[in-house]
Amino acid sequence: MSAGSIPSGDQIKDPGYPTASENYLTNSKGALSWLFTLDHKRIGVMYLIGVMTAFFAAGLLALLIRLHLFRPDGAVFTGPEANNWYNQVFTLHGAIMVFLFIIPSIPAALGNFLVPVMLGAKDVAFPRLNLSSFYLWVFGAIFFVGALMASGLDTGWTFYTPYSTTTDTSVILATSGAFILGFSSIFTGLNFIVTINTMRPPGMTWFRMPLFLWATYATSIIQVLATPVLGITLLLLIAERVMHIGIFDPEFNGDPVTFQHFFWFYSHPAVYIMILPAFGVISDLISVHSHKRIFGYRFIAYSSIAIALLGFLVWGHHMFTAGMGPMTTIIFSALTFTVSVPSAIKVFNWLATMYKGSISLTTPMCFAIAFIFLFTIGGLTGLHLGTLATDMHLHDTYFVVAHFHYVMVGGTLVSFLGALFHWWPKMFGKMYSETGGRLAAVIIFLGFNLTFLPQFVLGSRGMPRRYATYDPEFQTLHQISTIGTLLLGVGLLVALFVLLRSLVKGERAPANPWGGATLEWQCTSPPPFYNFERPPAVGDPYDFSDIFWDTENERYVTVEPDRKIAPAEQPEPAHAEGTH
Amino acid sequence: MSAHGDSKDGYDFAHPLPVPMLLSVFFALVLLTIITVAQASFDIGSLDIVVVMVIATIKAALVMAFFMHMAYDKPFNVIVFLSSFAFVALFLIFTMSDSKQTSPDFEPVIEEVAAMEVASTPVAAGEPEVSESTAE
Amino acid sequence: MSTIEAAAENAHDAHGHDHDHPSFLAHHFDTPEQQFDSGKLGIWLFLVTEILFFSGMFCAYAIFRMLRPDVFEGCSQFLNTKLGAINTGVLLFSSLTMAWAVRCSQVKQDRGLVAMLAATLSCAMIFLGVKAIEYSHKWEMGLLPAGLYFYDPANPHPESHTNYLFYICLPFMILLGGVVAWLVVSLATRNKFHVQCAMPLTVAAACFFVGIGLGMVLESGGSEHAADEYQAHATTELEQTAAIQLVSSGESEVLESLATESNTGIQSELSARQRQLENAGTAIVQEGDEIAGAIVSVEENVMTQRKAGVFFSIYYCMTGVHAIHILVGIGFLVWLLVRAVRQDFNPQYFGPVDYVGLYWHLVDLIWIYLFPLLYLIR
Repeated sequence: MSAGSIPSGDQIKDPGYPTASENYLTNSKGALSWLFTLDHKRIGVMYLIGVMTAFFAAGLLALLIRLHLFRPDGAVFTGPEANNWYNQVFTLHGAIMVFLFIIPSIPAALGNFLVPVMLGAKDVAFPRLNLSSFYLWVFGAIFFVGALMASGLDTGWTFYTPYSTTTDTSVILATSGAFILGFSSIFTGLNFIVTINTMRPPGMTWFRMPLFLWATYATSIIQVLATPVLGITLLLLIAERVMHIGIFDPEFNGDPVTFQHFFWFYSHPAVYIMILPAFGVISDLISVHSHKRIFGYRFIAYSSIAIALLGFLVWGHHMFTAGMGPMTTIIFSALTFTVSVPSAIKVFNWLATMYKGSISLTTPMCFAIAFIFLFTIGGLTGLHLGTLATDMHLHDTYFVVAHFHYVMVGGTLVSFLGALFHWWPKMFGKMYSETGGRLAAVIIFLGFNLTFLPQFVLGSRGMPRRYATYDPEFQTLHQISTIGTLLLGVGLLVALFVLLRSLVKGERAPANPWGGATLEWQCTSPPPFYNFERPPAVGDPYDFSDIFWDTENERYVTVEPDRKIAPAEQPEPAHAEGTH
Repeated sequence: MSAHGDSKDGYDFAHPLPVPMLLSVFFALVLLTIITVAQASFDIGSLDIVVVMVIATIKAALVMAFFMHMAYDKPFNVIVFLSSFAFVALFLIFTMSDSKQTSPDFEPVIEEVAAMEVASTPVAAGEPEVSESTAE
Repeated sequence: MSTIEAAAENAHDAHGHDHDHPSFLAHHFDTPEQQFDSGKLGIWLFLVTEILFFSGMFCAYAIFRMLRPDVFEGCSQFLNTKLGAINTGVLLFSSLTMAWAVRCSQVKQDRGLVAMLAATLSCAMIFLGVKAIEYSHKWEMGLLPAGLYFYDPANPHPESHTNYLFYICLPFMILLGGVVAWLVVSLATRNKFHVQCAMPLTVAAACFFVGIGLGMVLESGGSEHAADEYQAHATTELEQTAAIQLVSSGESEVLESLATESNTGIQSELSARQRQLENAGTAIVQEGDEIAGAIVSVEENVMTQRKAGVFFSIYYCMTGVHAIHILVGIGFLVWLLVRAVRQDFNPQYFGPVDYVGLYWHLVDLIWIYLFPLLYLIR
């Protein structure tokens, strides 16, 4: 445990600090050494910059939406095209947030950085594929910007037919962008599955993997299995627009509901692409900052896989009012409830982990606690939407908007921020201001709830989503929501400021600032470009018994009782020759 | 994971298939192709699709097992690949069963219009078509 | 951790690795087997994504076939079974040569590997050539996706049409020209490596036109006439013989238009095709009889834009995406061929051949299903 002094006479293990020629950030210089890097950590950092930019752009669009809704007749966009502008803004907000930010946020940005390090590998299995999936992301983003520049997009991020086949906006550019982003996502997932399967060092068994890796693995399964269907759906949509193939277009006797089936076969599992990595992050955060072994490791690990697989069975709940057959709706509704079981298992396990733990209320822990609170609300309101009878009333209202924002923003974004604060010292070797970080977490938590709690009320009172104007009776709640958005924005800016300031003024981070037992804390902060000189000794990722707080140097260190060096013959790895 | 154990010469993860085996698989595939083309000449009604798909699946199994080395591959790879068919089945079954249920609403409602205008007034399905009768 | 010696080493190479790292082994792998296993799992996962990618189109196919069996039955007769069967055979053969190529790379038969890869490439080109004939013929008849569909049963071969075949052939002609030029230049400069690369590639590029020829020969004797027979059935007044007259006249229209395009390559095919047509005269009647017999069950005319169009949409989507996969596969095969000439592969490093092989077999696998589903609906 963290408390107490270091037992004397034992061996202290600490990797110290990297030299400039070792540090992955500085071992080679120049823009080209970044743009053509095959180092997963640098690719992760480039992704991080990319997704943050996308998040900033889409966040500004969200701010525009909320400001417009400050008044019942619309406050921002005026004139005869006002509603069209509104449609384009919410569409791009959704599309950019989903395809450019949330889906790649944790898996691609943090996953790239963390997966090989946590695993104890030197790199992902296919470094070049990894770099190319980053550039696919960039190309996809360019297509989205192109769509924005050309004639916008007003279909909603779901591209539903028949509207998407008839509108004049640049659907083809945007769908091409999403198609390319899909392949970026597929390749990332493929890379991680192979990495986790074949690159594990000696001793890293499946059940010694940190739960973040389990979650990443589950996410990758979905990415590989579901995203291709989105690819073909978007391709068929493009074909529908170009030559009216008549599969989705009712004008040529196609079936728009089939489009929805195709789309949601991907996009419902995609929801789990968005939230599963967050589960992994939270599992690690809770355990490390409670300094207590994770409760129910195997259950959390299996429930990630269970969610990934069950996620494929429930896509129809997005279409209850779209004209599905009555039998199908009942089946999908029933199956939807099964997903709540593994989700609940996770939440209970996190709470049980915190129980009697020695909780440090660090910034990442504040975000993790906020996550549990917000995700629980998001998850429980999902049950209302999975129930056929209530969904008929709530479908396409602000209740749905509030529900998925609680899961996507309150869940994924908050855990993304938590993860960022947690691994920031590891990524950049700098400590940030704890006070500033906690302040940001509190403001974000308050701002978020102020934004989206009123929307549950709005939705249950019948305020439909995607409307540019509304009845004056909804004005108060809308205004509260808009004020909440401003507060949320302030919180995010504070978080950004705290992180950026740490780069300039932050103290040098020790190798293990939080007392984590997973492998990434065993290499220096920031890690050397080769991660580990030799395959690291793998222990229990949640065993904190030999990690002690070193008051003198303000760091956690691993203390090993004096014992013989590990025998020359290490356990046989999956592939190694045993000559290490 | 390693099915063949590990050794340094690496020969045991290369698994060359004997040429006679490759050739016999190829001829079996050609034979099955001939059978499938030949059976199309007989009208066997609704069984047709079943017969055709069974033959295609046998061919696919041959290609997978031998040409794709699946019979000698690691079990995990085989499971990974075959599981994709389970997900395809899932996708097809749900989507098709729903289409079947809703097909009364989904039967073509837009008939051909001679002038090729967008038919804004749907005509009930099953009525004789306009353009064909004029075309004859 | 000791950092000095690792930092002193090159950034790209081994970090404190003592054992030798062969040039083909990437720095982050420990053994060739680990590298091979990773690649293998990677390519299997990629094939999984391919299966699911195609599943969307199979799903669309299944839905529409379930809802409109008559349309699928009627339209399928416009697809030439012979061409489909030939292409199936060609692809199966290419799968054989590909599997053989993998074997060659595993037992270090470099010459055999080059030969097998060249054979695979040639088969791919023949496949595309035959496909070009199929596509261009249907485009001329107006058998297109729903939005562009203009087939008219009364006039199956409209006079004015673009010479689609020429436009499809054009990039391949340029390609052939380029490869031949490369071959000539490398022969002139006596660059052995380039000659060894360019030779098989020239053969492969020329094979596209073998495919075109094969397609033309079979098409003129094949069930393109199904269309005309179908039309003959729709206009019941026409006698069977009259239908055949129409076949020949429609055919000659195509031929004439091809000839007038001042395309010598196609003109040379023209005569062969005409001869073939004359020779195959009797065969047509038999073929037609069969098909007419099947068509009797079709009650209403399904050859309308909104009915048949959807079938052809699905047909073009499925075969088109499949053809794109063939093109991508050709790209990879060329890459392999160059590396095989360079003798890159050995029993410890044959992964790329194996992975491209798996991809190629998958493309074959999909065609194995596409062929009966599209061509053999009765």
